[in-house]
Amino acid sequence: MSEVAKAQVVEESSAAVSKVAVLQQRAGAGVQAESPLHHVGLDHLALNVHQRGGVALREKKLLGHLVLRGNSANASLLKGIKKVLGVELPLAPLSCSAKGTTSIQWMGPDEWLILVEGGSEYGIELALREAIDGHISLVNVSGGQTVLELSGPDARKVLQKSTPYDVHPGSFPVGKCVSTVFAKTQVLLQRTGEDSYEMVVRRSFSDYMWLWLQDASAEYGLVIKA
Amino acid sequence: MSTVSSKKSASRKVAQSNRLTRGGRINRNKPLKFSYNGKTYEGFEGDTLASALLANGVDIIGRSFKYSRPRGIFAAGAEEPNAIMQLGATEATQIPNVRATQQELFDGLVSNSVNGWPNADTDLMSYIGKAGGKMMPPGFYYKTFMYPESMWMTYEKYIRKAAGLGRAPAEWDPDTYDKMNHHCDVLVVGAGPAGLMAALTAARAGARVIIADEQQEFGGSLLHSADTIGGLPAAEWVKGIVTELQRYEDVLLLSRATVNGYHDHNFLTIHERRTDHLTDRAPLNMSRQRMHKVRAEWVILATGAHERPLVYANNDVPGNMLASAVSTYIRRYGVVPGNKLVLMTTNDDAYQTALDWKLAGRDVVAIVDTRANPTGALIEEARKLGIRLIPGSAVIDVEGGKRVHGAVCCSIDATGSKVTSGKEVLTCDTIASSGGWSPVVHLSCHTGSRPVWNDEIIGFVPGAAKEQRLCAGAVHGVYGLGKVLEDGVNAAQQAVAALKLNQPEVELPSTFEPVKSPAMALFYVPHVKPVSRAPKQFVDLQNDVTAGGIALATREGFESIEHVKRYTAMGFGTDQGKLGNINGMAIAAMTMGKTIAETGTTIFRPNYTPVTFGAVAGRDAGHLFDVKRFTAMHKWHVEQGAEFEDVGQWKRPWYYPKAGESMHDAVNRESKAVRDSVGILDASTLGKIDIQGPGAREFLNRIYTNAWAKLDVGKCRYGLMCHEDGMVFDDGVTSCLGDNHFLMTTTTGGAAGVMEWLELWHQTEWPELEVYFTSVTDHWSTLTISGPNSRKLLAELTSDIDLDKDTFKFMDWRAGTVAGVPARVFRISFTGELSYEINVQANYGLHVWEKLFEHGAKYNLTPYGTETMHVLRAEKGFIIVGQDTDGSVTPFDLNMGWAVGKNKPFSFLGQRGMQREDCVRDNRKQLVGLKCSDSSVVLPEGAQLVDNPKHPVPVPMLGHVTSSYYSPNLGHGVAMALIKGGLSRMGDKVYAPLRDGRVIEAEICSSVFLDPKGERQNV
Amino acid sequence: MLHIYCPYCGENRDQDEFKAKGEAHISRPLDPMGCTDQQWGDYMFFRKNPRGVHHEMWYHVAGCRKFFNMTRDTVTYRIYETYKMGEQPSVTAESLAGGQS
Repeated sequence: MSEVAKAQVVEESSAAVSKVAVLQQRAGAGVQAESPLHHVGLDHLALNVHQRGGVALREKKLLGHLVLRGNSANASLLKGIKKVLGVELPLAPLSCSAKGTTSIQWMGPDEWLILVEGGSEYGIELALREAIDGHISLVNVSGGQTVLELSGPDARKVLQKSTPYDVHPGSFPVGKCVSTVFAKTQVLLQRTGEDSYEMVVRRSFSDYMWLWLQDASAEYGLVIKA
Repeated sequence: MSTVSSKKSASRKVAQSNRLTRGGRINRNKPLKFSYNGKTYEGFEGDTLASALLANGVDIIGRSFKYSRPRGIFAAGAEEPNAIMQLGATEATQIPNVRATQQELFDGLVSNSVNGWPNADTDLMSYIGKAGGKMMPPGFYYKTFMYPESMWMTYEKYIRKAAGLGRAPAEWDPDTYDKMNHHCDVLVVGAGPAGLMAALTAARAGARVIIADEQQEFGGSLLHSADTIGGLPAAEWVKGIVTELQRYEDVLLLSRATVNGYHDHNFLTIHERRTDHLTDRAPLNMSRQRMHKVRAEWVILATGAHERPLVYANNDVPGNMLASAVSTYIRRYGVVPGNKLVLMTTNDDAYQTALDWKLAGRDVVAIVDTRANPTGALIEEARKLGIRLIPGSAVIDVEGGKRVHGAVCCSIDATGSKVTSGKEVLTCDTIASSGGWSPVVHLSCHTGSRPVWNDEIIGFVPGAAKEQRLCAGAVHGVYGLGKVLEDGVNAAQQAVAALKLNQPEVELPSTFEPVKSPAMALFYVPHVKPVSRAPKQFVDLQNDVTAGGIALATREGFESIEHVKRYTAMGFGTDQGKLGNINGMAIAAMTMGKTIAETGTTIFRPNYTPVTFGAVAGRDAGHLFDVKRFTAMHKWHVEQGAEFEDVGQWKRPWYYPKAGESMHDAVNRESKAVRDSVGILDASTLGKIDIQGPGAREFLNRIYTNAWAKLDVGKCRYGLMCHEDGMVFDDGVTSCLGDNHFLMTTTTGGAAGVMEWLELWHQTEWPELEVYFTSVTDHWSTLTISGPNSRKLLAELTSDIDLDKDTFKFMDWRAGTVAGVPARVFRISFTGELSYEINVQANYGLHVWEKLFEHGAKYNLTPYGTETMHVLRAEKGFIIVGQDTDGSVTPFDLNMGWAVGKNKPFSFLGQRGMQREDCVRDNRKQLVGLKCSDSSVVLPEGAQLVDNPKHPVPVPMLGHVTSSYYSPNLGHGVAMALIKGGLSRMGDKVYAPLRDGRVIEAEICSSVFLDPKGERQNV
Repeated sequence: MLHIYCPYCGENRDQDEFKAKGEAHISRPLDPMGCTDQQWGDYMFFRKNPRGVHHEMWYHVAGCRKFFNMTRDTVTYRIYETYKMGEQPSVTAESLAGGQS
């Protein structure tokens, strides 16, 4: 390893994690971050007080998104997660654990999505790497996806128009999360309340999702929330 | 705009000569105007188009498909073969293939008959049809019009025009269509007595239930039934059941909804017509039609039975109808479709038609019963009303052309195989016939199950279920209202038990069951002449298939019923054999001397009734037709007037024309700007995969053709990926971020495929390697600045990256801050110029992009698109996988043997494949450069190359041009081509003969046209 | 449209979420360079095409992104079982033939 490169790695992470490059990716003050649906101007649309409808849409933007991969048989993984995030790593398929603004969603038997408050992802990644021994992967994907919240009495019908997954409460109780087909794209879908849902959407597909959701909600009326 | 309106309807008396003053489920206080073939008529709310036409005495609603004979309305539901309409008040709202019997009337409805050219009443084709009865036998089109072959196109045009299959609109459909997914425990198909009881039972058990029916109201046959259930008129009883079903949260009731397809694993599609009954165009924000996609644990088919007509001579003359249809029109719509009725029947049920007709105050001429000695409650009732009964007889022929004038009645023998005595002509205008009932088994066939013949009910019933499917009621031969209700409960109870739900309380309501005598198994009514010589006896009215045609088919050796079907076209098209199939099989069996069971049946396929393309497409149309993927800088590209190119689902800037510039101008300007100063490309669409783990390096060694063991942290390397056959399928640069950490880039189109490829090998072959992959394609914006001034530009935006050429070398990467944003900068190049690829989190992509332009003006920073990227890389001979490769090209064929590791310990993917005998022969097609002798010429991509353009045909082909552009930097065209043995033919001339007659001469050369030593990127 | 039980997600999902990947249980030769062209060709190109019970590999591409195997009847489309990578089928053409006798 060249000296220059070595210095680079250390400077990046400031922790003793020389095997993996961890980059603090948030810009300083004065640089505005733009979420995947920034161009739509949802905040502006939300100001319209005359909105009425059975479906509400909100972008939970600029959260910290970390993809964790690891072996659930690794005790250090479970312990480290609990220690750093204060929640258990959800091991049951399609389950989720959450506390405050932190949540972990099961994506596969060795893959989870950790959502944390925007800006805290770098520190959390370092802390997790510090706390967990053995082979894991942690990847900051905060720029690559966003969370859309769909709620309201007709939200379920919009989902039924969009996904072949059975979103009936009997099959999709509050707290369950599934990766599935959504229109012509894919989402990680979680039922967060009686009639509220969150979808994790990839950045490049978010405009399509926005167009699709407007269209699918048209007959019920779509309300944009800030 | 609609051409009719009902606003002044009160002031004008519109004749509804066949309308009764009382009765039926229509609202006489709500008159509706509609037009048919340009004339305006009036009907009532609750009418179908068919019932309204019959009320107005319209006899002819089209011409037949092949013989162009006049046809009238024959049935009252989905089985209608004749009344196929073209609807639509405007060009954009045209819909072909709508059955008048299924179209509810609305004010302003515009309809036209589809069959009949130039029009339904006077039809040129009918003279051909009549001129020679034998002129168009089955197979006629193939036998006659196929020769001479060259004329087929001409014949076909007129045949099709004359056949009149309806037409698609020539304008965009203004309405929307959508889809809805459902899951349920029990899907009940059909809301007649069996279906309603099944749904009720399942609903009470707490199951998730969907019940769908094609009619506008639930009730099925009960809507026109004379029966009482639980002491209530049948329709009243239906209302009570529906009210209860509507109370359950998990019961979905779908009317106007046809279950049109039954697919594997209990996946069914339901075509719901949401607004077709309201207006010509759907109301705002409402989809016109909806396709429901249902996954059901259990399916209960309660589709009932269609009455089977009898086959007799001239049974297609308007005025011939199904007996039950006549009853339906009288009882449900208050329409008597004639004055003098002759009823022919093989069974007791049809007597109800004569009773209804008589009670409506019109004349029943006679009931002709094919049975010698019919007895039973309904027969007694008919006798009591003084209706003449002619037993042991049949209507063997019909008099009349555009309307029935008389029924030729003869006595027949006990088996119905021959006429036994002379004729009596019964003067009448309507002949209703009933040959019994055919269960509607269509859906049971869609997943491959073959119906089986049941002698007892004289019909086919569904074969063994492949899925979790049950039947209730007439669909499997259970007849009699009480038994049907009970059967519905039974079917649901089976499903409830299988679903492990508690059986609910369901009491069976009382019904009255008249005593009936056995029906006679008769399909084909004998004529005094043999089948081949008798007047046309129609089996399939929609496809003009006659008994004689079927007999001819069997005579010509078509013995399998599937062949008979295809030879005669029986059961084809939108008809799907609803009325004709059983009779046709019976006739085929008869002529072959077999039983129906031995002959068997054809099976039915989706769709049960026609489905619009709109409903199939749903919302995947227009701007939602496909996903459009955008980068974080997309808005900027649009504002700069970029033209876009589709790369997979991505929209990538293709070029950025300035005012008045052609594409050629723009690309030349962009290309020169990069080589002369600095350009910028949005490369965010490149696939990016974050790879972590101690096994990452070894994994890369196995996946890529080259070696990765010694790549240091801070370094980048280009790699080729091959499938096991040794053929290149992707390429890209992978950078070592940490000892156990790599960032892989892939082609834009190959990203998902590479990700899957990595997971495949890790999960299935090498799980012992400790490595994980995560897609970061969307996470990083990639901004590529390229050109001699790119270092100067970057220097203005970063203070913490040492850009010195000796410390930050070609194929190095560094982390730092660019325009205030943390970034990784990769010094790699796809242009051959000094280049930096800047990766920042996509939330900051546009910010950094704009900052680069703020500082770039003085360097003439020029945005360039994919076209310029292609030109620049072609000048350098860099390949594009998928353009210069096609899945049949090894790294050696690309002259890229340098990218194949020679001493890698593990046999990497593709290594063995590329050493197969065929992959190492000398004259494989190899990638070389081509330079045209005339420097102003640009070879067309895809042009075939030959050694000697004057060689007699077939000319031996050498290969083809894979990439070709005009290079503004070199002032001539540059091209790459795959040519047999090309690498050892440097300097040879080859020729590209073009379609326009030109032959372009070109010389084989190195594919590196510019800066062969690679000095420009190393400055 | 098949309804497929993902052994990792633990529930049935619509076929739309999956990709079929062809015959299951094809192992890469441990010594590719020691294979003859014919052996290598057999590994790469030759696949069973049975009428009846077949073992296939599928990929839950829109779900958990795991590969798994399936025992399926190519005539009736009945799925007998799905099982995780590395496991062996419990239903085979032989076991069904034996079970019937």
